[in-house]
Amino acid sequence: MNGISRRGLLQTGVAAGVLGLSGMPLRAQTRGGKLTAGLGGANTTDSWDGRTHSDIFMIAAAHGTVFDCLTEVAADGSLKGELAESWEASADAKTWTFNLRQGVTFHNGKPFGADDVIASLNMHLGEDSKSAAKPIVEAITEMTKVTDHQIQFTLANGNADFPYLMSDYHILMFPAGQIDEAIANGIGTGLYQVVSFDPGVRFVGRRYDDHYKGDSAGFFDEVEFIAINDNTARMNALMTGQVDTINRIDFKTEALLKANPALRIQEVTGNQHYSFPMLTNTAPYDDVNVRRALKYGINRQEMVDKILLGHGQVGNDTPIGPANQYFAAEMEQLTYDPDQAKYYLQQAGLDSIDIDLSASSAAFEGAVDAAQLFQATASAAGININVVQEPADGYWSNVWLKKPFCACYWSGRATEDWMFSTSYEAGVPWNDSQWDDDDSARFQELLLSARAELDSDKRREQYGEMQQILRDDGGVLIPMFANYVQAVNNRIASPDTIGNLWQMDNARMAERWSVA
Amino acid sequence: MGNVLTIIFQRLALGLLTLLIVSVVIFVAVNLLPGDFAQSILGQAATPEAVASIRRDLGLDQPMVTRYFDWLGGALRGDFGSSFARANFASFSGTNSGATTVAEQIAPLFANTMFLAMVTAAIAVPFAIILGILAALYRNSVFDRATNIFTLSSISSPEFFLAYILILFFAVLNPIFPSLSTIFDDMSFSERLEKSMLPALTLTLVVTAHMMRMTRAAIINLLASSYIEMARLKGLSPMRVIVIHALPNALAPIINVIALNLAYLITGVVVVEVVFVYPGIGQLFVDSVKIRDIPVVQACCLIFATAFILLNLTADIMSILSNPRLRHPK
Repeated sequence: MNGISRRGLLQTGVAAGVLGLSGMPLRAQTRGGKLTAGLGGANTTDSWDGRTHSDIFMIAAAHGTVFDCLTEVAADGSLKGELAESWEASADAKTWTFNLRQGVTFHNGKPFGADDVIASLNMHLGEDSKSAAKPIVEAITEMTKVTDHQIQFTLANGNADFPYLMSDYHILMFPAGQIDEAIANGIGTGLYQVVSFDPGVRFVGRRYDDHYKGDSAGFFDEVEFIAINDNTARMNALMTGQVDTINRIDFKTEALLKANPALRIQEVTGNQHYSFPMLTNTAPYDDVNVRRALKYGINRQEMVDKILLGHGQVGNDTPIGPANQYFAAEMEQLTYDPDQAKYYLQQAGLDSIDIDLSASSAAFEGAVDAAQLFQATASAAGININVVQEPADGYWSNVWLKKPFCACYWSGRATEDWMFSTSYEAGVPWNDSQWDDDDSARFQELLLSARAELDSDKRREQYGEMQQILRDDGGVLIPMFANYVQAVNNRIASPDTIGNLWQMDNARMAERWSVA
Repeated sequence: MGNVLTIIFQRLALGLLTLLIVSVVIFVAVNLLPGDFAQSILGQAATPEAVASIRRDLGLDQPMVTRYFDWLGGALRGDFGSSFARANFASFSGTNSGATTVAEQIAPLFANTMFLAMVTAAIAVPFAIILGILAALYRNSVFDRATNIFTLSSISSPEFFLAYILILFFAVLNPIFPSLSTIFDDMSFSERLEKSMLPALTLTLVVTAHMMRMTRAAIINLLASSYIEMARLKGLSPMRVIVIHALPNALAPIINVIALNLAYLITGVVVVEVVFVYPGIGQLFVDSVKIRDIPVVQACCLIFATAFILLNLTADIMSILSNPRLRHPK
């Protein structure tokens, strides 16, 4: 509301309310200017190859700036088309027909069509492919080009989330037949074309003139992303005005940034969570009562306050977070209750129990402290936790999935099914609680039926029940969800709703933000 | 002069031997660290199959001795191989676009490191020597004491602390220099100079004390000798006595200390690089150790060792040349 007098505000207040109701943006976004972002999470090995992307610098530069996917998750979590205009499923959610946008060109002038989609998806297949999106693309048994701008996918099993999966940042659309060149030079259909790219150092992009998103997105003339992996250096760069925005604010210095009137902090809770998985096929964790005792023996609020310094939300032992569609926000919250913990321990036929908890800073920042807090609160219920401090080196290969009780983190997934089938489905390699069919028959049954269910209300019901099962019986303690915190100079305007799926407005700040 | 050439050849031969030993020590040390490249790079995704597949692709399943001699054979032919990370990403994507050699990867970063070292040397060496001469000239005065306190406290403070103090005064409170020193290929020389100024000043503070105190001590040491007394009795000004008579004879130890500090500017600036986001070789080195990327670690260590060997050699030769007695041995 810069530049509006008080009287003016009163006069326009009513109109603004109407605009707000109609869903129109309150602020007109200005075209022009430049966005300079200082981003942690860059590597000297970065390239334009979407299959290798795993950290925010390349996700923001490729997925959010130079390239497009078929679909896009909007800031409010809903799904909208990006290179696909619309899509339609058969009743069993096995056959999907996507209508592609017409008149789209790559930055080298090549028109975009169905062949590009097929070639781009095929990049993830092949025996040697180590693409993180391989499981998604493998589920497609057949891709048929109906017309130049219509394509039909046949899936091995029905999947109602298929259009959501097509928004994955690994599955970028490359020009068919020129993929090597596109990877080398960064040729996509995105809002900005590459001016220069220095892996692990800097990316500069210029607005692509006739982009299909037109005036609705991509407001800057130029964007520059500078790789700043050091927390303090990133903060200095923002404080001295050399960059307009930075990601991953150090919680300890957040107050200093808040005190600066030229800056504002953006904080959103997404799906990123810290967890303590226990192997449910190993004693004593094979007894659901022991698991329940532990669920009541942990003080979740204290963890959020002391480990995250308040920058998070308590978890309810489900990996489904506020950035998911069917997040069961109204489910009763588990709280610290030593009497309940004692009760469940007695149900398991025990007065007290001695267990080892393995932790290391490799799992998450403060994991060892979190384990010690857990030790202190659980002892009141007769649960004696011995904290084993593991070396950070080799933690994921030697401790996680191997030690019966350890610390872990997950960045979460955009859809419920994706998250569950990554680490809760019976038999998948990353099922870090070894939850098998015997222990979780109902959960596994629901997982399969919800996957193919196209009716949103029914899915909400099914996913709600699954979250309840996880909360009551699951083998993973999820005490907290960690916020994404970033800071922006007031020179730059951002919409009121900020995406919470990834940092930096779902890595789309170049698309959604503008000069104030 | 023939004598000097013999020394150069001897020292170069010894230097090569040193490099060989350094490469063995580093190779063994990196292998002794827990975890290997495959485990570090996969992190949470380190399933046994994935680890085995990366090890197979990169030849990490071979015995250590075989791997070392493979590397040595390549290095002797001037081929330092490809960094594991780049090679792995290239096989990841099934294209060869990413597989650059270690040499190509290091060259631009090393050029940046050398640029920063030279800027720093250009400021620090004259600064330290002039301070040292003045301190010797006005020894035990307030100026001498103040210089000593200032340089000693700056060498005693951790580098990142000095860096943040400079950022506070020269970037935040008085925005004279940028706190971000990212330099790019397409920058002009003056832009690079401006961007590198704060890291260069930080390093200047770190290396000045050593050189300045050596200059002061070496000169004062000579002031008791009889030829200096003679010069004084002739009625020469104290400045002339020190600069013309004492300094040339004090050069050998000063040159040695300068060489040591220059070597430090090439090998020891990781912290400063991180604080100012300067794209030098130090960060690459630390990152490579973290992910156990042996080809890059080896190449960096050899560069560091070479810098030490060559600078020490230069220092010795300069000492000989600056000393007529050594130049013309009986």
